[in-house]
Amino acid sequence: MDKTINQKAWFLVLPVFLVVAFSAVLPLMTVVNYSMQDTFGNNQFFWNGVGWFKELLDPSTDLGGRFLASLGRNLFFSAVILAIEVPLGIVVALSMPREGWSVAACLVILALPLLIPWNVVGTIWQIFGRPDIGLLGYVLNHLGFNYNYVSNDVDAWVTVIVMDVWHWTSLVALLCYAGLKSIPDAYYQAAQIDGASRWAVFKAIQLPKMNRVLLIAVLLRFMDSFMIYTEPFVVTGGGPGNSTTFVSIELVKIALGQFDLGKAAALSLVYNLIILIVCWVFYTVMTNAGSERPVKEGAA
Amino acid sequence: MARIDLVDLAQSYNGNDAPLESFALKPVTMTWRQGGAYALLGPSGCGKTTLLNLISGIVTPSRGKILFDGRDITPLSTQKRNIAQVFQFPVIYDTMTVGENLAFPLKNRGVAKAEVDARVRQIADLLDLTPYLNRKATRLTADAKQKISLGRGLVRSDVAAVLFDEPLTVIDPELKWQLRSKLKALHRELDLTMIYVTHDQTEALTFADTVVVMHDGRVVQSGTPAELFDKPAHTFVGYFIGSPGMNIVPAEVSGHEARIDGHVIGLHRNYGVLPAGKKIEIGVRPEFVDVGAPASGLLSATIERIDDLGRIQFARVRVGNTKLAARVPPGFSVSGDTAGLIFNPAYVHVYADSHLVEGVA
Repeated sequence: MDKTINQKAWFLVLPVFLVVAFSAVLPLMTVVNYSMQDTFGNNQFFWNGVGWFKELLDPSTDLGGRFLASLGRNLFFSAVILAIEVPLGIVVALSMPREGWSVAACLVILALPLLIPWNVVGTIWQIFGRPDIGLLGYVLNHLGFNYNYVSNDVDAWVTVIVMDVWHWTSLVALLCYAGLKSIPDAYYQAAQIDGASRWAVFKAIQLPKMNRVLLIAVLLRFMDSFMIYTEPFVVTGGGPGNSTTFVSIELVKIALGQFDLGKAAALSLVYNLIILIVCWVFYTVMTNAGSERPVKEGAA
Repeated sequence: MARIDLVDLAQSYNGNDAPLESFALKPVTMTWRQGGAYALLGPSGCGKTTLLNLISGIVTPSRGKILFDGRDITPLSTQKRNIAQVFQFPVIYDTMTVGENLAFPLKNRGVAKAEVDARVRQIADLLDLTPYLNRKATRLTADAKQKISLGRGLVRSDVAAVLFDEPLTVIDPELKWQLRSKLKALHRELDLTMIYVTHDQTEALTFADTVVVMHDGRVVQSGTPAELFDKPAHTFVGYFIGSPGMNIVPAEVSGHEARIDGHVIGLHRNYGVLPAGKKIEIGVRPEFVDVGAPASGLLSATIERIDDLGRIQFARVRVGNTKLAARVPPGFSVSGDTAGLIFNPAYVHVYADSHLVEGVA
């Protein structure tokens, strides 16, 4: 076949190149550039090579210690979030009505937390949890729990986690609900005919059919919780001490608080890389989970 | 293993108070023999799937009762009824191997492991699924998936009946033949009652010993393929079964004679005087009408075209405004565009308001 040569086609591709260049490539390259240099202000830069990266990954330095500690907290936070929100989301989706006016009502109620701006969510919980004027804090303290997220590490963690569960479980539930709705009736009818119990229906039909949406839910929730900034910043400001200082909060402290552009740039790149790698691993593992298993003997 | 009785069974999707004419299934009373191979035949929307779902319990009837061996099981859930059903599109459990899929209905009912294994092997063997037993079911072709669905329907030995809801729709024509003969063989081997829903007459007539023809929510006739062919109880059966379908011609009938446009056709039986006010028609299959050279004693018809089906030729003719099909006898060549029609009186039936009228010999 002859190839059509049409140089004018470049004009159609060019806008995309420009948009991608200005929106992604150029800013990212600026960060790469900063990550290799040091500055003392006054627009003077000095070459530092991979120095910042070495420091970042060495726990004995101040930068490395802070980064790795916040990274640990962040991974723990994401793990807890996923462990709560995914099963809870599935349970909510399963218990939602399948038809009638109540479907619309449920969807609206579920969507509400998702529509609230993140710093408003933070403010809501910041006030809600205060022991002096917040409904939650006041009631808890009057019931005999010594709850105070400003002074107690555990209380601060619980508050941030409960807040995130309140804010984002809906997303998982909505995705799962969509997955459940797409299962043809014939599957449920066949399961009835086959005498499957409720649990067997869940295990053999609903869970496998939700596989795809669950993958999306896990990816979204991992990325969002791993990048979380606004809500904990508004509620606890990263405290008490550094106990709820996640990577993004640490990053902002370094970049804007201390104006260490080189350190901040190096941290951003590593942060970005971690998210990419974890998402890739999740995706690969979860998409392969449904494929051929090694052959078992006598598994009739 | 049971006899199934339907007593005044009816189903309306618009509530029980809806007029009877709107019922998806009008009241039906009939008996399905243990071990029979039945086909439910009818066009789309005639209520055959509804009837099937009523028997399996997926749909609860608006009226009437279903008895298994005389025991009323109408209020029982699908799980509690002893029934297997295969659906139009393959349903397989994605996370399981083929073997686990086949074993699923047995495991759910707490059958002992040794027995499950034996039964699964037997069914896999019958359906040629043995090489796939340890493979995941997801990656197989639609044909193989439907075989698994069939297998799950057949794996329980104690079911009252196995219901098939157009199970071969997704299968290639070539394989359709094989699977249908296989089902027939399985029916003999496993001694199960099978009810097979289809809109394909070939499928119904080759599979079943009793074909139940449905039309507009009603069972219009049930009988052997030969009975349906030779003596349709309803003009719909005559028209729906056979290719081309039965010729239905308005006529005046009295005694041993039918009159079409003043032309008299002799009848084998005596119909006396038929009640006035009913639509009287005669029905005769194209196989029992021959075209011949125009002659004074024959009903003359205009030939419109000849369909050559290879083995046999049918002439499409017109008498007045009525279109008919007639056989072109071997060795007869049509010349001109008019012909005489020769009726075989033994196969001319009389219908009043679409229902067969039995004459007196």
